Amino acid sequence: MLTDITIGQFFPGGSFLHRMDARVKVILLFLFIVAIFIFDTPGGYAAMCAMTLGLGIASGVPLGMLARSIKPLWWILAFTFLIHLCSVPGEVIARAWIFEMTREGMVRGFFLCLRLVLLILLSSLLTFTTSPLALTDAIEALLRPLRSVGVPAHELAMMMTIALRFVPTLIEETDKIMKAQQSRGVDFESGNFIKRVMGMVPILVPLFISAFRRADELAMAMEARCYRGGEGRTQMKVLRVTHIDYTAIAATVIFFVVLTVLKVMGI
Amino acid sequence: MSFIEINDLSHVYHRGQADEIAALSHVSLKIDDGEFVAVLGANGSGKSTLAKHLNAILLPTGGSVVVDGMDTRDMAHLWDIRQEVGMVFQNPDNQIIAAVVEDDVAFGPENLGVPSDEIRKRVDDSLALVGMSDFARFAPHLLSGGQKQRIAIAGALAMHTRCLVLDEPTAMLDPVGRAEVLNAVRELHENEKITVIYITHFMEEAAAASRVVVMERGEVVVDDEPHGVFPCVEEMKKRGLDVPLASEVAWRLRKQGVKLPDNIISDDELVAAICR
Amino acid sequence: MSIELKNVTYTYMRGTAFERTALKDITLTLKENSLTAIAGHTGSGKSTLVQHLNGLLHPTSGVVTVDGTDIAGKSKEAVDARRKVGMVFQYPEHQLFEETVEKDVAFGPKNMGLSSDEVTRRVKNALGFVNIDYDNYKDRSPFQMSGGQMRRVAIAGVLAMEPKYLVLDEPTAGLDPRGRDELIAGIMRFHREHNMTIILVSHSMDDIALMADRVVFMHDGRVLLDAPPTEAFFAKDAIKEAGLNQPRTVTLLNKLKEHGLDVDVASFKVDDTVKRIMSAIKRRKSC
Repeated sequence: MLTDITIGQFFPGGSFLHRMDARVKVILLFLFIVAIFIFDTPGGYAAMCAMTLGLGIASGVPLGMLARSIKPLWWILAFTFLIHLCSVPGEVIARAWIFEMTREGMVRGFFLCLRLVLLILLSSLLTFTTSPLALTDAIEALLRPLRSVGVPAHELAMMMTIALRFVPTLIEETDKIMKAQQSRGVDFESGNFIKRVMGMVPILVPLFISAFRRADELAMAMEARCYRGGEGRTQMKVLRVTHIDYTAIAATVIFFVVLTVLKVMGI
Repeated sequence: MSFIEINDLSHVYHRGQADEIAALSHVSLKIDDGEFVAVLGANGSGKSTLAKHLNAILLPTGGSVVVDGMDTRDMAHLWDIRQEVGMVFQNPDNQIIAAVVEDDVAFGPENLGVPSDEIRKRVDDSLALVGMSDFARFAPHLLSGGQKQRIAIAGALAMHTRCLVLDEPTAMLDPVGRAEVLNAVRELHENEKITVIYITHFMEEAAAASRVVVMERGEVVVDDEPHGVFPCVEEMKKRGLDVPLASEVAWRLRKQGVKLPDNIISDDELVAAICR
Repeated sequence: MSIELKNVTYTYMRGTAFERTALKDITLTLKENSLTAIAGHTGSGKSTLVQHLNGLLHPTSGVVTVDGTDIAGKSKEAVDARRKVGMVFQYPEHQLFEETVEKDVAFGPKNMGLSSDEVTRRVKNALGFVNIDYDNYKDRSPFQMSGGQMRRVAIAGVLAMEPKYLVLDEPTAGLDPRGRDELIAGIMRFHREHNMTIILVSHSMDDIALMADRVVFMHDGRVLLDAPPTEAFFAKDAIKEAGLNQPRTVTLLNKLKEHGLDVDVASFKVDDTVKRIMSAIKRRKSC
């Protein structure tokens, strides 16, 4: 179960998506997400799906891996679909108990799920093709203008870097502690709610103790390597907008123009 | 003047509180440029506390530590000291900061404000020195313990450190990982003239050093070359420490009347003495 | 009576890009009253293997039986069979969580649903086995003890469940020489006095040499060698392939032999090694 989490995983590679400036990627992703909600015609969806699939293939990330990023959210999708199916008024196509399922509901539910899927897939493409460091650098760079109003851009970025780095380590650790306590007879699978919550104590206490010890040691290791905040710090990988990014921006603009035309034409 | 001068160093944790502990008392040591010093001692003997004084992670509560002419209490030199003295800790997982190997190695020089092109060069060179160039774009959690520790060493080298302080770097590794780390350190010592201070419980690692410092209850009790330290089997055992097997066997054979030299520390020396 | 693995294969993250087969067709019998060492480098599959012994992992294919009962499934027999196998993980002190030593050691027996008198009896016993004074330490916080003591408390937490088989995963990792010697002595005493069957996972051949009566080398998810120590410690190729070293006594004796001393090289303890060298020297003098 724990091993299903794919958020924050990076697939090193050399595709044009990998080589794009992370800042440009973040901004374009943002524009795409807005577009998903604006261009809500069937033609628009078809174009967005085709584009997402195309990007997925171009990224070189295994498509199965991309598909797996939807897995943790399948029940949200199923729930959304069912709610729409049963609550949108219209032509009734089936009945079950007190629920009436409508054709309109099915269509609307389907498109809403499609939006969510596209959103997840595009965001995953960003994290799959961007090294965590580049991503945090990008966020730091994009937040920098907000520093004057008190947003600690560097600190936020550093926190993200460390969080991403320790996700796999802490997942592994949790798994180990769970197994150790299972060996001491803890049962996570049966019992009522209270009993299950109490069953988490033997996991959470060691996990917190270990996380604090790690934090302490990490802080020491960072100090030993001359870390003293963002002032005067340089970066090995300087984010640079290159011709790949200009091409991507131009392509995106053209794509949005096409989407607008489709929408105006009502396709 | 030696590279590191420790003068009458004391360190008390939680001073004035109920759980006050004197971790170091009146330690004096001089370590020259280019030395390879092994530090031995039971858990709680003050080894790690000593190590953390060498790059001003801890500051003395008594006495002083001077690195390359700079007193560690002088805040003006703090970053110069940490740049010159790099540290590698026991747990490989808790000292890697970035999620990609080369980004992690770059962390030190980035903090020092080194220009981007220069960092790239230093990262590539440092990874090459520890034999990890092929793993530059790997995620650290996919590496073995020995590889992670070599990444940590590269991280220090990229700061152009002159001295490596390694605090039980192999305690959590398997035999292959231990050999990887020890070989990397030896090569850096021999080829790059890096000063090495190496804390360990493993005798085969301590025997690689040119000098052995033994600590007990916060004090330095022995400071000699390996041939002077390990043949004192009884004393070492009393301190809860190990000696190389050859030293112990030689000592026991001598007790039973076999004529053997009293400075044996390696298998080869023992073999040579018995099979003359 | 024994633990048996028959054609056990285990694949992590099946059906993903990270799919990895950690165990490949393992067949192994762990006999009652034996002390079997499972040796190999990190990633050889040894930790995955032992997690099958008490059902923390279930084989992708193949069967694990404890005293003849298949431990897969939710039947009462399977649950009871799994409980016969106690598991002490690497760095077991990292699983401590209670406020006092007594409560922590009592955690396992309580989960078994035993009466409070029985729990107390077992806690006292278990702490006795690991040489921690019950009256003196029972109300202390385990987190204020030394590293070696914490480890012993954690081991007591498993012993208090009174398993028939005990798995110890790298029990001496990170201890200093004295802590290591004490723990090894404790395990051996326990093995002898209580006829406890022990499965020791380790990459330290010196520790294995002091303890095991049978050695299994693992490499790349397979059993590379399964033999008594007298054979295993001389299987140079297998030792190398498994990423291990010969025990240092064997290395030393071999060198002496190569240089012409007529010495018996099958010795794994220091006293014994000295004795053999002594008698070889005497023999040499007499001729």
